[in-house]
Amino acid sequence: MAETPILEVDDLARSFDVSRPWLQRVLAGEGKRILRAVDGISFAIPRGTTLSLVGESGCGKSTVARLVVGLYPPSRGRVVFEGLELERARAIAEQRRRMQMIFQDPYASLNPRWRVKDIVAEPIRAFGMTPSAAAQQAKVAELLTQVGLSPLDGEKFPHEFSGGQRQRISIARALSSNPDFLVCDEPTSALDVSVQAQILNLMKDLQARLGLTYLFISHNLAVVRQVSDRIGVMYLGRLVELAPAETLFTTPRHPYTRALMEAIPDLEMTGRQRIPVGGEVPSPISPPSGCPFHPRCPLADDRCKAERPVLLPARGTEASLTACHAVEEGRDGGVPAAQRVGTTAIAL
Amino acid sequence: MAAITSSLGRMLDSDLFWSFRHSPVTVISAVVALICILGAVLAPLIAPHDPFDVATLNLIDAFKPPAWAAEGDATYPLGSDDQGRDVLSAIMYGARVSLLVGFCAVLFSMVVGVGIGLLAGYAGGAVDGVLMRIADIQLTFPNILIALLVDGIARAALPADVHDRVALFVVIFAIGISAWPQFARTVRGSTLVERNKEYVLAARVIGISQLRIMLTHVLPNVLGPVLVIATLGLSNAIISEATLSYLGAGVPQTQPSLGTLIRIGNDFLFSGEWWIAIFPGLALIAMVLSVNLLGDWLRDALNPRLR
Repeated sequence: MAETPILEVDDLARSFDVSRPWLQRVLAGEGKRILRAVDGISFAIPRGTTLSLVGESGCGKSTVARLVVGLYPPSRGRVVFEGLELERARAIAEQRRRMQMIFQDPYASLNPRWRVKDIVAEPIRAFGMTPSAAAQQAKVAELLTQVGLSPLDGEKFPHEFSGGQRQRISIARALSSNPDFLVCDEPTSALDVSVQAQILNLMKDLQARLGLTYLFISHNLAVVRQVSDRIGVMYLGRLVELAPAETLFTTPRHPYTRALMEAIPDLEMTGRQRIPVGGEVPSPISPPSGCPFHPRCPLADDRCKAERPVLLPARGTEASLTACHAVEEGRDGGVPAAQRVGTTAIAL
Repeated sequence: MAAITSSLGRMLDSDLFWSFRHSPVTVISAVVALICILGAVLAPLIAPHDPFDVATLNLIDAFKPPAWAAEGDATYPLGSDDQGRDVLSAIMYGARVSLLVGFCAVLFSMVVGVGIGLLAGYAGGAVDGVLMRIADIQLTFPNILIALLVDGIARAALPADVHDRVALFVVIFAIGISAWPQFARTVRGSTLVERNKEYVLAARVIGISQLRIMLTHVLPNVLGPVLVIATLGLSNAIISEATLSYLGAGVPQTQPSLGTLIRIGNDFLFSGEWWIAIFPGLALIAMVLSVNLLGDWLRDALNPRLR
């Protein structure tokens, strides 16, 4: 980890104005409504590794993905790609070429009116990477073979393929500009379980062969465990825990992470007692004061309601960073005895 | 050659063609529309007379009834008018003008409407607000009123000789400009859906320019409904042109359209020479109705929810 990480994110925040139209707002006498999708998160991704972000729907993980590739400008904080401020990096074609994105919905991520060969070749053309049409054709054929499709598939249209095959086309398009860094926004959540495994294996395989760095977004803990080096757990636009993958599953520290682990279905049907998390995710338009998890947290006290926790190395498992006052003060009972939970549950 | 036959084969094999063949009304409309268009386009070649050739006109031949009537003359199948012109030939030449104005006006409003709709939908925000409010305001006025207004302004602003030369373009502009909001609204709606789809985001990640994304990614995906509106718009444009000409505002007298023929024939309707007005009217109805029915079929056939 001596070399500089390929991507650094520092206090990144993004809010959206979800107010009603001006006239209606004035008539109803209400103020602006600001949704804080991402509220001050920081992480770094070392070259050749995978960082996953997990969390429930609406916790802001997809917004992070889009901020990182510059689809949204941040409201606060910064993204640094290869030592360059993201905005400056994206102004340079050679740097822009090195970051690509794979999307969630294989039915919306390919232009239905374009042939597959044109879809895959779009980045090649945009960056002027091959001198001749023949070279471009050869490159497209190579890419399609690389993701497990036939070069002849280039002549077809996207609707002639299944969801898994379309996701392979998406990957081929992302790889066509020879990127170093791939943002994968729930790339398998729209696919069947058996196909998910194929796509994940393909992605791991490509990472090993091409030395890719992944930012992987998912809500599926089993998927995340298979691909990640490190995992960040998000709750209401903030990172609550950031830990090496195995550490997170064997010794989850943050109360929210523990609750997530509890919720994983158990194939052995041990009949063990599960403690459900009460309440709902609060609205990101008016988030709770202090720690965002305090209304649902069994360990919350007055400090949690008032003061926002920051990511600190957890007592006992120093590799994991946890934003929790209870863990910091040792009120959580130290390293959990619930180690068993993680290992048996994820065996599926 | 192989490519042509294979794409023709694909066309004959498609769902669209299947629904075409299984709708007798549509097939009949297509035949009628084709006859109208061919008759108009090929008028100089197939019309029995040239109504503009003064040398062939003879006032003795004026007011001949249709060929099947007692005093009919076989050289004037649908009779002749007050100047001795063949009504059938006048209809064929008139349909030329009507169709030309109709096609050009629809093309014009399509280009304007699709462009504005695409821009409004893709840019969003204030641009969208301003453009769509303009469209809303225009939609509160009947199309024909706007066309009359534009035509009137052009008449007042241009000297008479200039106006006569550009009259056809003025009519095309007047009708075209009155119909763009329908295109703009539809295209804006589809653009709003498409611009947030992930294939557009993928292009933005690569750094493709916004204009290029609009034209190469979004535009091809919003054109489906435009074809339907254009077809239905064609019949509306033809009617608008006929209305303008009937009111004496539209195309110049020297290039009579179907509307002009009906207006001229109107003067003789009560003196017994009904054929001068009725036959151009029937031609107009056949043309508009067939195009409209084709548009209806296209709308249903292209709408997946009605299948």
